[in-house]
Amino acid sequence: MAKVLVIAEHDGKNLNPSTAKCVSCAAAINGAEISVAVFATEPAALAAAAANLKSVTKVVAVADAANEYTLAATLAPQVVAIGRDYDYLFGPSTTFGKDLMPRIAALLGVNQISDIMSVESERSFKRPIYAGNAIVSVTAPEGIPVVATVRTASWAAVDDGNDAAIEQVVNSAALPDHTRFIELQSGKSDRPDLQTASRVVSGGRALGSSESFDIIYALADKLGAGVGASRAAVDAGYVPNDMQVGQTGKIIAPDLYIAVGISGAIQHLTGIKDAGTIVAINKDEEAPIFEVADIGLVADLFTAVPELTKAL
Amino acid sequence: MDRILVGLKRAVDYNVRVRVKSDGSGVETDGVKMSINPFDEIALEEALRIKERGAASEVVVISIGPTDAQQQLRTGLAMGADRAILVESATAISPLDRARVFLELVEREQPGLVILGKQAIDDDNNQVGQMLAALWDRPQATFASKLTLDGETATVVREVDAGLETIEVDLPAVVTTDLRLNEPRYVKLPDIMKAKKKPLELIPLAELGIEPGPTLTETFFEPPAARKKGSMVKDVAELVSALKSKGLV
Ligand SMILES: Cc1cc2nc3c(=O)[nH]c(=O)nc-3n(C[C@H](O)[C@H](O)[C@H](O)COP(=O)(O)OP(=O)(O)OC[C@H]3O[C@@H](n4cnc5c(N)ncnc54)[C@H](O)[C@@H]3O)c2cc1C
Ligand SMILES: Nc1ncnc2c1ncn2[C@@H]1O[C@H](COP(=O)(O)O)[C@@H](O)[C@H]1O
Repeated sequence: MAKVLVIAEHDGKNLNPSTAKCVSCAAAINGAEISVAVFATEPAALAAAAANLKSVTKVVAVADAANEYTLAATLAPQVVAIGRDYDYLFGPSTTFGKDLMPRIAALLGVNQISDIMSVESERSFKRPIYAGNAIVSVTAPEGIPVVATVRTASWAAVDDGNDAAIEQVVNSAALPDHTRFIELQSGKSDRPDLQTASRVVSGGRALGSSESFDIIYALADKLGAGVGASRAAVDAGYVPNDMQVGQTGKIIAPDLYIAVGISGAIQHLTGIKDAGTIVAINKDEEAPIFEVADIGLVADLFTAVPELTKAL
Repeated sequence: MDRILVGLKRAVDYNVRVRVKSDGSGVETDGVKMSINPFDEIALEEALRIKERGAASEVVVISIGPTDAQQQLRTGLAMGADRAILVESATAISPLDRARVFLELVEREQPGLVILGKQAIDDDNNQVGQMLAALWDRPQATFASKLTLDGETATVVREVDAGLETIEVDLPAVVTTDLRLNEPRYVKLPDIMKAKKKPLELIPLAELGIEPGPTLTETFFEPPAARKKGSMVKDVAELVSALKSKGLV
């Protein structure tokens, strides 16, 4: 039996879909017995949502006032306090998991596997390196826990429809007060979430201004799509940072990805390798984006995009 | 504060498109351009700006790696670091062992701040800063896009999936950089000459008393699955029908 602990990601109200994806990765391990840990101020509703995820055997709900905000320094000792008996500790490779999991690994004195794409055997996993230009198989040493982040774009979420046991646990770890949450400025919009949307339209430097991005939003709204951007567009201030797609932004896997005025730098392509269909609109027929696009259109975006929006 | 420590990893330049060796034993790095990991240049730039504002007296750049990593440290000195330390190890050591090396140097140097990159763009691990903070039992402020020092504390804006998060941490602390923290300066020729005279200390890994612990074994390297070659459409009407035929709209 392989005991797996998945650390749930949530915003205090809802589970992040990354949690169900981590469970899916955990379920790929032979003989996995999967627990989900929920750290919150009032974990009841979140724990119920986690208990509803298929493949989960148990939910461990840890209530503590310190869990109002997700600070790695506060969470890591709590995870270690309940996590010592597990063979695997998994978190998502979102900014939440990337921040937290290495801190847990170090407290446990083990190395971490970042961005698991596939489970090859109980101890062997595949992960991307060099911005996804190479895939490496890694084997974890025997006899110590496997701490890992799960590359969410590689895994489909497990379905709902379960009724796992919920265990309430009182936190026993001493928590530091050297790290304090001040505020979160979120670029929340009514559009589908970039990381889970089945369709995404992204704009690049070619848009030239934040006003011009309106034509991207208009197309996205017509398609019911989420909106992303290249780093150049973010750096130029056309859109906020949480819209960046790529090696250092979000790694996404929508069914349809439309790249508008994006050249296709390797750092950007890393973020969309798992997209179902990639459409590129670029006025330069030599643009590298056309090497990966399933459908390419050489055109000026300022005429082609409004025309496309109208035609749909 | 007295001192800021900055990590400078020698890594394949970000413009190089690496190739996997045909026997799957690794990636081709022979004759490939090596540079400072881009996030580490940003870390150094930030440390230099703090020093130039008078909020720190010394910036020390640290690399763990082969003898050749002196090149990257010299570049760091030319950018403006005061001195450099190379912890020499011919073979790569694990992120946890690297964090232990940093901890050892932290104990020697007693910095007020350690600034590392959020990730090295070769292994894309994104671990060492968080691990150092854990071993040191100090705060971590990862993915920083703004850093403000205020005596005993630092206020850090972090790039998170949901937007921009601001946290306050007590010092000393570990900060890891995101791309938008700053734009690193260019190195000027006279500074390269001056940098040759700046101190660069070589410490063999064994001298730090750190025995490499159990590590992950990399067994096989392969190129990513190639995407099938797509097709071009000549206008928007063709694009729409292509999307329709795939059932995407
Ligand atoms: C360490 C590191 C990490 C990075 N991480 C990321 C990342 O996560 N994500 C990311 O995106 N980038 C990342 N980058 C940056 C990346 O290398 C590129 O610089 C960036 O992706 C370029 O953005 P772009 O395609 O919008 O701009 P450009 O490369 O300038 O491309 C603009 C494109 O628009 C086309 N164009 C111009 N006008 C029109 C028009 N009127 N109609 C149609 N097409 C037009 C041009 O032909 C061109 O192809 C990273 C870089 C580094 C060093
Ligand atoms: N060998 C090294 N030498 C110096 N700094 C390093 C080394 N490895 C990692 N670091 C630092 O830790 C950061 C994160 O690296 P990683 O966790 O390997 O992705 C890097 O950006 C560097 O600042």
